[in-house]
Amino acid sequence: MQAGFRTGVMVLMVASLLWGASISWAGDRGMQLLQQQCVSCHNLAGPAPATLSELWQRKGPDLFYAGNKYRQAWLESWLQQPKRIRPAGMFYIDHIKPGTKRDVIDPSTLSGHVKLKADDAKAVAAALVQLKGNTKLIKAETHRADISPGPLGEMMFDKIYGCMACHEIEPGYGGLSGPELYTAGKRLQPEFMLSYIRSPQAWDPKIWMPNKHVPDDNMQKLVNYIIALSEENFDE
Amino acid sequence: MNRYLSIAILCLSFVLAIPAQAETAANNYRTYCMQCHGLKGNGMGLNIRDMSVQPRDHTDAKSMGGRSDAELFKVIKEGGLAINKSALMPPWGDVFSDAEIQDLVKYLRKLCQCSHEG
Ligand code: HEC
Ligand code: HEC
Ligand code: HEC
Repeated sequence: MQAGFRTGVMVLMVASLLWGASISWAGDRGMQLLQQQCVSCHNLAGPAPATLSELWQRKGPDLFYAGNKYRQAWLESWLQQPKRIRPAGMFYIDHIKPGTKRDVIDPSTLSGHVKLKADDAKAVAAALVQLKGNTKLIKAETHRADISPGPLGEMMFDKIYGCMACHEIEPGYGGLSGPELYTAGKRLQPEFMLSYIRSPQAWDPKIWMPNKHVPDDNMQKLVNYIIALSEENFDE
Repeated sequence: MNRYLSIAILCLSFVLAIPAQAETAANNYRTYCMQCHGLKGNGMGLNIRDMSVQPRDHTDAKSMGGRSDAELFKVIKEGGLAINKSALMPPWGDVFSDAEIQDLVKYLRKLCQCSHEG
């Protein structure tokens, strides 16, 4: 009787162990793919580059705070159908050459991004949103969707703060040393945008985006302007 | 044993507390300035196509000679607006130490091969 009870408990324990393992197996599939196919270019653990030589060697955007940066739906679809975000690549100096009127991008130095199948993209996106570096920075922000930029949005972006010097606001218009921002509203969480504009260096100490010391209200307007841009679907 | 441990921790805390290492002016210029001022420093950068005010040609002795070192320091640290110039010239005070900015001023003087002609 006693022995039978003990065996029963043992069987139950082993069964639940196996069951737990199979669940985390499914959940970890995305993480496994990340470890196998992505860590060679993407930093999943942090920290961000602390010196210029580390910055120059970075092969892909840091993903250790992916869960605090991207929208999951965007990750899932972009990983299946990647489109260039940084017109001049990771470190722009490596991808430009002198032209007649200005320095120009040398497309022969740029390559496309690995593409994932739908189920892999789904698993990887689910794993990426678990990576929550810099949560403290995100918690400090509150997005105010009600603060409409009105016509001032573009004015601020182009003239007052000079953001357009480095960012495209539609394909073929704007600067090229930073990521395009005409799909950023679909790509990024609003709190990430607020926090990044407040202090790019808090996220990436050596990055070549300056801190323009934008007051809070105007930051909300800039972010809502960027969100409105993405609703124009320039990428389709 | 305990003493060794605390010494080890002390050493480690020194290593971790080392402030961001200063970068050379050439490397800073390459990373932060060339995107607008160009690979050759002549104002023909990657970003200039749609900019309403064009970046300064840092190799131009005439215009660069018109600025004092203090003005150059100020415009790098606080941006174009601080010297009544365009906001398209960004402030870099959150990226560089004052010593790094002083090095950049010297670097600009080499690029223009000029000094201030008050
Ligand atoms: C050969 C290097 C390389 C490999 C391998 C690689 N990536 Fe990337 N990844 C990049 C680069 C470079 C970019 C920037 C693309 C751009 O700006 O257009 C990027 C961009 C991304 C982005 C968008 C991030 C952003 O902020 O722009 C995601 C998400 C991403 N990669 C995920 C992955 C995943 C998941 C894998 C593995 C399945 C992977 N990458 C494998 C180099 C790589
Ligand atoms: C001197 C160039 C420069 C200027 C000026 C600049 N940025 Fe940036 N910006 C960058 C770079 C470089 C990055 C980060 C690139 C990376 O992560 O690979 C960036 C990143 C961003 C991001 C995050 C995008 C993403 O996909 O990760 C946002 C949002 C942004 N900038 C908004 C702004 C706004 C708003 C302004 C004006 C207040 C501005 N930027 C001015 C260069 C610039
Ligand atoms: C986003 C583009 C951009 C970047 C990046 C940039 N500049 Fe400028 N810079 C400009 C523009 C535009 C002007 C011209 C402003 C005007 O004439 O109103 C300028 C002007 C200047 C001037 C001349 C100011 C004067 O009127 O005498 C100096 C000096 C200067 N920049 C230094 C630098 C240094 C050093 C860096 C890198 C740390 C840098 N700039 C990065 C756009 C940029």
